[in-house]
Amino acid sequence: MANVLVFIDNPGQALKKSSLELLTIARSLGETAVAVNGELSDDVAGTLGAYGAAAVFRPSAADLDDYLVAPKAAFLAAVADKAGATTVLLENSPEGKEIAARLGIRLSAGVITDVVAVDADGTAHKSVLAGSYTTTAKATTPVTVLSVKANTVEPQPATAPGAPETLTVDVPAEATAAAARITSREQKVASGRPDLTDARIVVAGGRGLDGDFGPVEELADALGAAVGASRAATDAGWISHDAQVGQTGKTVSPQLYISAGISGAIQQKAGMQTAKVIVAVNKDAESPVFEIADFGIVGDLFQVLPQATEEIKKRKA
Amino acid sequence: MKIVVLVKHVPDAQFDRHLSGEGHTTDRDESILSELDEYALEAALQLAEARGGAKAGNKVIALSMGPAGAVNAIKKSLQIGATEGVHLTDGALAGSDAAATSLALAAAVRHLGADTPVDLVLTGMASTDGETSLVPAQLAERLGLPQVTFASSLEVDGGRVTARRDADTHSETVEASLPAVVSVTDQINEPRYPNFKGIIAAKRKSITTLSLADIGVASSQVGHTGSWTRVTAAEERPPRTAGTIITDEGDAGIQLVDFLAAQKLL
Ligand SMILES: Cc1cc2nc3c(=O)[nH]c(=O)nc-3n(C[C@H](O)[C@H](O)[C@H](O)COP(=O)(O)OP(=O)(O)OC[C@H]3O[C@@H](n4cnc5c(N)ncnc54)[C@H](O)[C@@H]3O)c2cc1C
Repeated sequence: MANVLVFIDNPGQALKKSSLELLTIARSLGETAVAVNGELSDDVAGTLGAYGAAAVFRPSAADLDDYLVAPKAAFLAAVADKAGATTVLLENSPEGKEIAARLGIRLSAGVITDVVAVDADGTAHKSVLAGSYTTTAKATTPVTVLSVKANTVEPQPATAPGAPETLTVDVPAEATAAAARITSREQKVASGRPDLTDARIVVAGGRGLDGDFGPVEELADALGAAVGASRAATDAGWISHDAQVGQTGKTVSPQLYISAGISGAIQQKAGMQTAKVIVAVNKDAESPVFEIADFGIVGDLFQVLPQATEEIKKRKA
Repeated sequence: MKIVVLVKHVPDAQFDRHLSGEGHTTDRDESILSELDEYALEAALQLAEARGGAKAGNKVIALSMGPAGAVNAIKKSLQIGATEGVHLTDGALAGSDAAATSLALAAAVRHLGADTPVDLVLTGMASTDGETSLVPAQLAERLGLPQVTFASSLEVDGGRVTARRDADTHSETVEASLPAVVSVTDQINEPRYPNFKGIIAAKRKSITTLSLADIGVASSQVGHTGSWTRVTAAEERPPRTAGTIITDEGDAGIQLVDFLAAQKLL
């Protein structure tokens, strides 16, 4: 049976849903080992067992977070060797992809990013060219490295939970020598709203908001949605850059994407056109966003959004 | 300072893009200089200008790997202000994945640093076609250099590069010694356009063509044979079609909620 290695970076006090998804996929491919960087609480260790992990590897060094990706890739390569892993799974965050990239070179392994499904033989499925194609790809190397998008499977604990043994693996001494060092880090204030990348519903606003994100935020809160934005809105400083959806922002594939005051430029569409249902509110009937909207409203968002918010509150009451 | 900027010739996203052939690679007919590489080029030009420009011996080398047409990305870079261009082109490179691409680019960067060393390799945050962001990190790993990725600001001083990065939960400052590989986001600057003077000046600038033999890479190390991944199937998604469009007559908000309820999205 194949050996699969899952990388979980700084799990904190409980595993994220995306980590549980990776563990679920790993079990469908073979025997699972996990590499954890950072604290490993008893709860997390217990969950790893419940999800079928046979072994948990931890780094000999505690300062991997002080550097950009390179030492994490070196640690993971050492674990992959030790565990005899033929598949390594990572999360598809920018950092996850970069660790995957360097790991691929270290292991002479093919890397496939943005994966949305993995077959039992390691064939990966993804969508490319801004969602216009779906492709299947496979590594031709003995080891495969895959970064997998969130929300691709339902997390399932193992039928027979295990009690994984914990092992420490040395981080190669040269790993930090040629790595960029993080000299300061500022935490951002959490919005309390769902995370944009894996939210079920996203309400996004653009230049049409004219500086006032209120109507978008209120509708988002009534729907329990995340707030997104076009680049015009983030460039104007109306909302933080993290909210940008699109080619140079985030790619989202929610059940529902509501676009308000956004024209629908190709770079914006690139981030959202795999949404299941798209609703657009724009006062210009010629806006390209209407070409892809399942439900389009030609109208003033300052009328339409508050009215919808009120109606949702009324129906939910 | 000697800066190499990686510039890619990519299919223009304003047109429909297609995958074709045995390897399901992108058609490159309607191609342009990748917009995201313009930010890297601008960053390089600013660093060179701050040090006295070409007159003071600062070099901004635009390096592109790709078929004949990729020379257009280099020409545009020269018009914008790069001092020289290098075109790595060889039939055997076709179909290279990120691993094979980074292998060839690493060899090209080493070749360009053979006489005087390269201080900085600058790239865009991702190509606008492959969109993987793998190449900068793989290039850094292959060259044994620090990588500073997704820089939204950049300073070079005393043999060190300092950059700001913006992640979801935090922003950070990172520092590395030169030489380094740095990728920049579209937040870092406003790329300039080629002006008339630049277009005229570009005609006198040299473009060096390199083959795999020139950089000491065997054809079996790149292209489909040298790649570590293979695309086995590609299927075009049916384009999204427009659904119901209504014009607000005072109750569009209510109709919107009716629609969401009917779709079981409330
Ligand atoms: C390299 C590159 C990368 C890019 N990456 C991204 C990206 O990741 N994400 C992104 O979004 N963009 C990106 N862009 C920018 C993109 O090309 C567009 O400029 C941007 O998406 C436009 O934002 P917008 O739709 O909010 O603004 P506009 O195009 O100005 O549209 C505003 C819309 O609001 C409507 N409107 C105005 N007032 C109202 C009202 N009261 N009620 C209803 N509607 C109203 C108008 O009719 C108009 O359609 C990128 C560009 C480049 C060159």
